[in-house]
Amino acid sequence: MTISALGYDLASQRLSSPSGVDLQIGPFVFHLQLDCPDLALLVYELWRDYPLAEGAAVRDFHIQATNNSVPRRWFRPVVRIFVDGRTPFPPLPAHHHLPMLEWGLNWCIAQRSHHLLMLHAAVVERNGRAIILPAWPGHGKSTLCAALIHSDWRLLCDEFGLVRPEDGALLPLPRLIPLKNESIEVIRSFAPSAHIGPSFYGTRKGTIAHVRPPTESVERMHETARPGWFVFPRWVAGSPLRLEPMLKSEAFLMVATNAFNYEVLGQTSFELVGRMVDACDCYSLVYSDLDQAIRALDELTRTADD
Amino acid sequence: MTESARQRERANALLLVALRTPESLPGLPPTDWDLLLRVARRTRLLGRLEAQLAVLGALDAVPERAANHLRSARNLVQHRHTLLTWELNRVLWALEGLDVPIVALKGVAYVLADLPAASGRFFADLDLLVPHADIEAVESRLLERGWIKLPISPYDDRYYRVWMHEIPPLRHRERENEIDIHHRILPRTSRFDFDPAPLFERTRPVAGSRARVLGAHDMVLHALVHLLLEGDPQEGLRLRDLVDVADLLRHFGHEPGFWDGLVPRAEQLGLGRPLYYGLRFARRLLALEVPDSVLLAASRWAPPWLVGVLMDRLLPLAILPGHPDHPTRRAALARWLLYARAHWVRMPPWLLVRHLVYKGWLRVRGVPKRVVLGPEELKRM
Repeated sequence: MTISALGYDLASQRLSSPSGVDLQIGPFVFHLQLDCPDLALLVYELWRDYPLAEGAAVRDFHIQATNNSVPRRWFRPVVRIFVDGRTPFPPLPAHHHLPMLEWGLNWCIAQRSHHLLMLHAAVVERNGRAIILPAWPGHGKSTLCAALIHSDWRLLCDEFGLVRPEDGALLPLPRLIPLKNESIEVIRSFAPSAHIGPSFYGTRKGTIAHVRPPTESVERMHETARPGWFVFPRWVAGSPLRLEPMLKSEAFLMVATNAFNYEVLGQTSFELVGRMVDACDCYSLVYSDLDQAIRALDELTRTADD
Repeated sequence: MTESARQRERANALLLVALRTPESLPGLPPTDWDLLLRVARRTRLLGRLEAQLAVLGALDAVPERAANHLRSARNLVQHRHTLLTWELNRVLWALEGLDVPIVALKGVAYVLADLPAASGRFFADLDLLVPHADIEAVESRLLERGWIKLPISPYDDRYYRVWMHEIPPLRHRERENEIDIHHRILPRTSRFDFDPAPLFERTRPVAGSRARVLGAHDMVLHALVHLLLEGDPQEGLRLRDLVDVADLLRHFGHEPGFWDGLVPRAEQLGLGRPLYYGLRFARRLLALEVPDSVLLAASRWAPPWLVGVLMDRLLPLAILPGHPDHPTRRAALARWLLYARAHWVRMPPWLLVRHLVYKGWLRVRGVPKRVVLGPEELKRM
């Protein structure tokens, strides 16, 4: 049963009740309790495909979001997030509730999932093989990822490339994709079918709007994928498309230094990344036009399938 | 009993049972695991839980989702151990040729001496003790060889150098570990302050390192000082410090002559009262076994009756985590009172007032107490 199957009234009632709701998002179970009606509405709309984890006794993270602080109800209202009853961030203006919730989830995952290797990367899949797009701030990974998942690629994740140490499989974590500033309009015109939530103005990352993960990606979130390609994307205004092979040694360093917890896993991550880079073709991609970039990646991955 | 109180009791009991009898954990119902993970994490004892279960070979009997979190904690703890023992290695390299005794304290010392207290223990920074006369040489050598002073205000710098037992923290410019260099165990302003010279006389060598560790009694007494005299406003006292005390006592208790020498050493260093409290609460909360003769000898340091009654009520309330979804005002008050007590003992009243007025003024002026976490910090934590 998904959130949307509850219907809005029941969903918002359960989200705001003291006992909250348990949701399965990728490999994790989140216990969520919202004292924030506007946020409950957005969660209903944008998280609608996540299944309720009924009967999950052990939850991974307990998150509460509230804009209910009495002294701040009328004067500059704020939204706060609590993880296990403690707040990891200072409060934000009340109307930034969804970015706050999403950052809260990121924080929980990044802090507490050291049983997995967490690459800082977007991951999309087709025919069981994944393109891993490592992230560098401002290089347009999220935009490219949003475009790919509206071009017949399945979303594994936009932020965390989760690698299971036991077998090197990539675990899906289909979450909202936060688009920043100009990217919002770019994706709106590239993929009119994309479901994009409201824009949040003036956050610390500028204007943010979230792309809802396609329903199919959420329904298939237990299907892992094997790494197929590393592609290091960079958006450069007006640049012609350049998709060039990269030295594996260079790719290794870039993946390792950019992971969330490469050091924490020590030798395990050294071996995991080494095996991944060995198994993958590694490319750098410079682009300005999304259509061209998607075509080039289609081409690249199709030749590999032959 | 109110619902909140009932939940608090349940959470505390789960954690204490887990610490006292880890062999009972494989039979724990999954809903209890859910709560146990949360309270163990809050008290930073998740890694220890994992270590206890690993010794029993019982990790496979834990629900999978809970086992993930235990593994995650273990990886984090191992990583800290690697980082900080390497930091110590580098410090010793930097100090080569300097004829100074270097004593590792707390977490790193437990790792160096291969003590049970090290297993699964999370620690944040590297604490070292050197004689006061050598502080300047040590500090300037480290500054020459790549460590830097963390930027702090002139007030804080003075606070450290005039009143404290350590110099302001140093950090290597390429690494992120803080090193705290102590020249005594307690702030100079503390009511319990003592001359640290006798500590150096009884330090012990460790295999494979030039660093030394405190003698057994002193190591216990230092852990007690840390437990009872260094407060934290949110936590009051730290349960993991009490766990350290119990672990050390259990381990050294098997050394011949250890128990007989403990009380005299506490007496010599003027740490009788902390020893009394430490033994009392390690027995009550963690079921530590202490010989009757030691209890009898330590009982002369019991506080006045009323203070004793108060501490018996406050300390468990403050040191146990309670239920994360049902915070109680009473526990928060107990934590604050014990924090205030630690400060009260830490410096004489006039100094305390001066310090608090200054800190309060900073707050009024809006100096941020906390900074926003960026992705860099996220990666680090």
